[in-house]
Amino acid sequence: MIEKKTRLLQGNEACVEGALAAGVTFFAGYPITPSTEIAELLSLYLPRIGGKFIQMEDEIAGMAATIGGSLAGHKAMTATSGPGFSLKQENLGFAIMAEVPCVIVNVMRGGPSTGLPTATAQGDVMQARWGTHGDHPIIALAPYSVPDTFYTTIKAFNLAEKYSTPVVILLDEVIGHMREKIEVPDHVDGIIDRKSPEKSPEDYLPYEAGPDQAPVLAKFGSGYRYHVTGLTHDFTGFPTTDPKQVKYLMDRLNNKIEMHKDDIIEAEELELDDAEIMVVAYGSVSRSAANAIRSAREAGIKVGLLRLKTIWPFAEKHLKKYADQVKAVIVAEQNQGQIVYEVERLIGCQAPVYAENRYDGELMKPEQILNRIKEVYRNA
Amino acid sequence: MLNDLKQYLREDKLKHILCSGCGHGTIMNALVHAIEKCQLDRDNTVIVSGIGCSSRIPGYLNFNTLHTTHGRALAFATGIKLADPQLKVIVITGDGDGSAIGGNHLIHACRRNIDITTIVFNNNIYGMTNGQYSPMTPVGSYASTAPYGNIDRSFDLCKLATGSGATFVARGTAYHVTMLTDLIVKGIANDGFSVVEAMSHCPTYYGRKNKLKSPVIMMEMLKKSALPLTAFEKLPAEKTEGKYAIGVLHHEPAPEYTKEYDRVIEIAQKGAN
Ligand SMILES: Cc1ncc(C[n+]2csc(CCOP(=O)(O)OP(=O)(O)O)c2C)c(N)n1
Ligand code: SF4
Repeated sequence: MIEKKTRLLQGNEACVEGALAAGVTFFAGYPITPSTEIAELLSLYLPRIGGKFIQMEDEIAGMAATIGGSLAGHKAMTATSGPGFSLKQENLGFAIMAEVPCVIVNVMRGGPSTGLPTATAQGDVMQARWGTHGDHPIIALAPYSVPDTFYTTIKAFNLAEKYSTPVVILLDEVIGHMREKIEVPDHVDGIIDRKSPEKSPEDYLPYEAGPDQAPVLAKFGSGYRYHVTGLTHDFTGFPTTDPKQVKYLMDRLNNKIEMHKDDIIEAEELELDDAEIMVVAYGSVSRSAANAIRSAREAGIKVGLLRLKTIWPFAEKHLKKYADQVKAVIVAEQNQGQIVYEVERLIGCQAPVYAENRYDGELMKPEQILNRIKEVYRNA
Repeated sequence: MLNDLKQYLREDKLKHILCSGCGHGTIMNALVHAIEKCQLDRDNTVIVSGIGCSSRIPGYLNFNTLHTTHGRALAFATGIKLADPQLKVIVITGDGDGSAIGGNHLIHACRRNIDITTIVFNNNIYGMTNGQYSPMTPVGSYASTAPYGNIDRSFDLCKLATGSGATFVARGTAYHVTMLTDLIVKGIANDGFSVVEAMSHCPTYYGRKNKLKSPVIMMEMLKKSALPLTAFEKLPAEKTEGKYAIGVLHHEPAPEYTKEYDRVIEIAQKGAN
């Protein structure tokens, strides 16, 4: 029996607990509301376990130092919010290109610019997808509760190590700051640690990926001397402009995520079996949506919820499963409409897709979604 | 000796990208000699760079090497050093990489006094992007973005580093190679943040724009402009124009960052029990 302690925690605190359970030993970042609790708690906890915490001069440096910590063999993370997430983008791209495992938490607040520092939003989901320049894959996860934040953070570290890639956690400000009961287990199974190269240093090729398409990057100082660059490189790690090698790398980076979609993507299907209307939502909004579909069901409307827990790569399979069954789809988001376009692109020709949005800093209430469900039902 | 040095080079990569006559090659040579003198263990040494002609050099060196983003080498290097303090960390950067886009990281690395040795390859220009002015281009010089002459006042990088808290600061040149090697050795030996400004020259862009017709003329310039610190200090102010001091300019030991962090760990662990 795994022993559990029931605690009342904030989402940001649960994120820290999850990171520690996953084995984080390195944090570098720069303070920004509403993510500061994550840095503050790790500055307290990490030295206790011999880990390292550093407050850098800005978020660019925070992201860079996180990558450095990871290359030196640590499970490394950083945490930020909108303006800081913008600053992290270039080095996030570096981590994607150089395939350095790390976790980036973005506690989303209202934007653009300094926007609404203390108000909730989901305005960065597309930035998480395409914020850094160039074609690239990304993994982005969005928890909807405090306990889910704990497990999502563990999952983020596991995916980062497994696929040797950065993983983004998108927390709504509301999730980061709300308090909920959570049973924090003393021990979590299934923690994935960094692989070590099987070959000798003489035969080691850092970017020669295995069948899973993920490379095994040796820890700096472990006797494997190799080169890491953000330039397009071949399997030796050295720069190349050979079109064949360039295409090979670009394809492999993408395939590494694409071929493991079933492992990466998580979505909850609530009351969708007989649903005529499907609500798609994630994060805090998916809680209001769950509440709204219950009320709608009481009123006799057959409606279900697809709760996205992985935002990128997108839960295409889950969505398409219901595309022919439902008469309409409502995508509820705390922004001016971002994921709705992804849904439209995938199933727009099979069912009409409606956007339900709120972006004034206030949380989207169940009534707003319920009213929209009723309206769509009447007109369907 | 030569054979000993070869182990530090990735010989198969040595069809390097530097133009002939570029000062950067000479500085790389001084760095390799310094590493040899310090007997640094290849497996436990990490060489980190940003972006620029100078920053391509780690690719030719047989260590753990990391070629990062423009200006950010010191931030990556700080993460590495803090994560594993037993690693020896050397940063290679250019005047643009290190003092423009990376200026903020430079002053903060100095301030923390983290044990990293930074070699700034200062050719007074952005070489890689075809000769635009940098924060170290002298006033009045020409550059591809200063066709009428540069009006931006330049940094004295060594003063900047000293003022920011670096515990070892030195300047050498690609002309005075033995001295430069010695300065890098001293920088590596300093237990803290060390900055060695290595005056280089870019014949392809700075030279061409400023009518310095050959690498030889540019080497002569280095020879004429650089004065040992004691000689420089004796010059009357009006004669210092176009001249600079070389040698160890500042050395003042202070607690090193990762060792201080070890103390943080000690305190945290005591408190937790
Ligand atoms: C973010 C970003 N901005 C601009 C550039 C373009 N860029 C590449 S190298 C460079 C200047 C390098 O100059 P310096 O550091 O002095 O090195 P040198 O080439 O002279 O050795 C610039 C501006 C870039 N790669 N990334
Ligand atoms: S462009 Fe200038 S700095 Fe770059 S390699 Fe050529 S001479 Fe050296």
